[in-house]
Amino acid sequence: MSTTMTFAKALNTALADEMEADGSVVVFGEDVGPLGGVFRITDGLTKRFGEERCFDTPLAESGIMGMAIGMAMNGLRPVVEMQFDAFAYPAFEQVVSHVAKMPNRTRGKVKLPMVIRIPYAGGIGGVEHHCDSSESYYAHTPGLTVVAPATVEDAYTMLREAIRFPDPVVFLEPKKLYFSKEQLDLEALQSRWGTPALDRTDGPEPTAAPAEGGFGRAVVARAGTDATLITYGPSVPTVMKAAAAAAEEGRSLEVIDIRSIVPFDDETVMASVRKTGRAVVVAEAPGFASVASEIVARVQERCFHSLAAPVLRVTGFDIPYPAPKLEHFYLPSVDRILDAVDELQWEDA
Amino acid sequence: MTISIGNPIEGSMADPSRRAGMDDPVTAEAYMLPSGEPVQLVDPDGRHVHNDKYPLPDGEALLQAYRELVVGRRVNDQANALVRQGRLAVYPSSHGQEACQVASALCIGESDWLFPTYRDTVAVIAKGVDPVQTLTLLQGDWHGGYDPYEHKVSIQATPLATQLLHAVGVAHAAKLKGEDTVVVALCGDGATSEGDFHEALNFAAVFHLPVVFFVQNNQYAISVPLNKQTVAPSLAHKAIGYGMPGERVDGNDTAALLAVLGKAVDRARDGGGPALVEAHTYRMQSHTNADDATRYRTDDEVAEWAPKDPLVRLRAYLKELNVLTEELEEEIAGRAETVAAQMRDGLNAETEVDPEDLFRFVFTEKTSQLREQAAMLREELSRESA
Repeated sequence: MSTTMTFAKALNTALADEMEADGSVVVFGEDVGPLGGVFRITDGLTKRFGEERCFDTPLAESGIMGMAIGMAMNGLRPVVEMQFDAFAYPAFEQVVSHVAKMPNRTRGKVKLPMVIRIPYAGGIGGVEHHCDSSESYYAHTPGLTVVAPATVEDAYTMLREAIRFPDPVVFLEPKKLYFSKEQLDLEALQSRWGTPALDRTDGPEPTAAPAEGGFGRAVVARAGTDATLITYGPSVPTVMKAAAAAAEEGRSLEVIDIRSIVPFDDETVMASVRKTGRAVVVAEAPGFASVASEIVARVQERCFHSLAAPVLRVTGFDIPYPAPKLEHFYLPSVDRILDAVDELQWEDA
Repeated sequence: MTISIGNPIEGSMADPSRRAGMDDPVTAEAYMLPSGEPVQLVDPDGRHVHNDKYPLPDGEALLQAYRELVVGRRVNDQANALVRQGRLAVYPSSHGQEACQVASALCIGESDWLFPTYRDTVAVIAKGVDPVQTLTLLQGDWHGGYDPYEHKVSIQATPLATQLLHAVGVAHAAKLKGEDTVVVALCGDGATSEGDFHEALNFAAVFHLPVVFFVQNNQYAISVPLNKQTVAPSLAHKAIGYGMPGERVDGNDTAALLAVLGKAVDRARDGGGPALVEAHTYRMQSHTNADDATRYRTDDEVAEWAPKDPLVRLRAYLKELNVLTEELEEEIAGRAETVAAQMRDGLNAETEVDPEDLFRFVFTEKTSQLREQAAMLREELSRESA
C-alpha cells in the first residue's frame, strides 16, 4: 500500500528496521536519545530498543567516532550521528587515520562495519557551520565509502544497505531534503529492500540504466538524449526541475543521480555521456578540487571522442558557505544550470 | 532577588567546615586521588617497602615478570641492533621502561584487550604476539604485522591518544554483550595533552566501562619535558576530574606496577569502572634512533636514572628471596637469546612483497577504480619484467 513519507521518516524507519533485524546495530551521538535527534531521525528508537541500543554520548565528536571504531572492532555495528556537517570536523583524525585505514593496516583482519551519518549541505537558511558540503574530504580519503541519497526511497534502502555493508560508510543526508515527501510502498520495499527498483524514470525507456541495482550504482533519474546532467544529493531535485524546464523548450536532458560518490559508477555515467555527447556536472560544494572536478576529469578521460563540447560544472562558489540571506546567490539554480546547458556548443545556436 | 556570586569555594566540598560534618572522614572524592608519593614496593636496592594498600605480589608472579623483563630488555637491544644493520627503519625503544611494558601485559588475562602505542613493542610481545610479526610495521613490509584478535592486542597506534577511544569502544561493546573483558589502554605523558585522552577518560567514566588507562610518564614527549605539558600536581590527579580513581606508581618497580595495575584491573572486572594509573619512569634512550636526546637533556639527568633500573632491582630482590637461582638465570638468559635469534632470523630474511596487496585490503570488495589501478600496475610490472 502506498503512503506519503518524508525523507526523514524513511531514514528513521530504516534505522528501526535494521535495529529490529540485527541486534548488533547500535545508534549513538549527540541528542539522538530521548530527543530523537535535532532532525528527529532517531525519533522513538531509545523508547523502542532501550538505552543500550540508542543513546546520547558526551558532547565530543572524536570520542563518538573513536568509540564507534572500538565497538565495530568488537562485533557491533555502530551507526553514529554527527549532528551537522561542520560539527564532524573534530572527529576528522579518527575518520581519516583509523576508520579509513584500519582494515588496510590489519590486512583485512579488522573490519569496521559502521555508518557515519552526517546531515549535510545547505539550502535551509542555517547559520554558519551548519551548511557545509564536506563530501570531498571524505571522498578523497581512500578506504571510505561515501554515499548521498536524494530520494525518499533511496533514503530508506541506502541506509539499510549502508548498515549491512562490511566496510565503513559515510552517509551524507541532504538536510534540505529531510522534509521532502514521496509516495512510497513501504511494505513492498521492506519485503524486497535488498533489491530496490533503481530506475525512477517516468519518461521513455532509459538506455543506460544499470543492469543491476545496489550499493555503489548510479541511476538514470530521468532519461534524455541531448545532454547529460550529472549530480547527487541536495542538487538532484534542482537538476530534475532544470531538465523538466528544458523539455518544455524542446531539449531532452538525461539526469544521472550518482547516489554513490565512492565507489563511483563510471559505467552508468560514461554510457550516458557517450550517448548524449554533452555533459554538465552539478553540485553544491565549492567547485575547486571537488567531487564535481573529479567527475569532469573522469568523463573527459573516458569520453573525449564522444564529446561535442567541454564538460561544464555548476557548483558553489569557492567561498565559505554564505549567510542565509545570501545563500540563494550561491546554490546551483535551475537558471544557472540551464545557462550552462546553453553553452554546450549546440549546432543550432 | 539578588544572586551573590561570592567566593566560589564557599560552601563547596573544598570548605573544611562542610567536609568536617560528613560521617566519613574521607570525602566521597578523596578515594579518587592518587597516593602522596608514587607507590613503591621494592626500592632501587631491591628491598621490600611495606604498603598498607598494596600487598607485594608473590614470588612466582615476580619471577614470571622477571623472565619477561629480561626478554624485553633483549628485544630492545636486538631491535636497536637491527636498525643499525638496516633491517628495521626505526625503533622507538622502551629501554628503562620494561617494567611498565611487562606489567601492562601480565596484569590481564587472555580474554582481556591491550591497546599499545608505537613504543610498546615489548608489551605486545609479552602478551603473546610473535616478535617478528610485531616488528613487521618497522621492517616496512606492512602497516601491521599481526592479527589483533589472536592475542587481543590492537595494532600499535602511531597517532597519539587515538587508540584510547578504540579501547573504550571495545570495552563498551563487551559490556553491552555481557562479556568478561577488561581493557588496558596505554599512552605516554605527551599524549595526555591530546583531546582524545580527555574524551576517552570521560566516555569511559560516563559509560562506566572496564578500562584501565595506563600512562607511562617517561618525562619526555620526544624533546618536550613534562612541565611543558601540564602543571597538574600529577597526571594521576587528572582522574578525579573524570570521576575515576587515579594512582601513581614507581614505573621502574615491577612489583608495585603489578600490584597497582592488578588492583585497577580487578576493580574494573568487578564492575567498578575505569581507573587511571600513572607510572613514573624514564626513557633511557632517544625517542627513536633518528633522535638525539643530548640536544634537550643532560648526561647527569640520564645517569641519575641508571641505578633505578627495573631489572637490577627485581633481580636483587628475587636473589634475596632465594627464588632466582643461577640455573634459573641461565635458563632465562637462554630464553632471551632464543627470542633475539628468532628476531634476527625473521627480520634478516628477505620477505616477498606482493604489489597487488596495495589494493587488496582497502575495501572488502575492490571498487572498479581500484581494479583498474591494480591492472595498470600489473601491466607496468609485466612490461618491466619482459
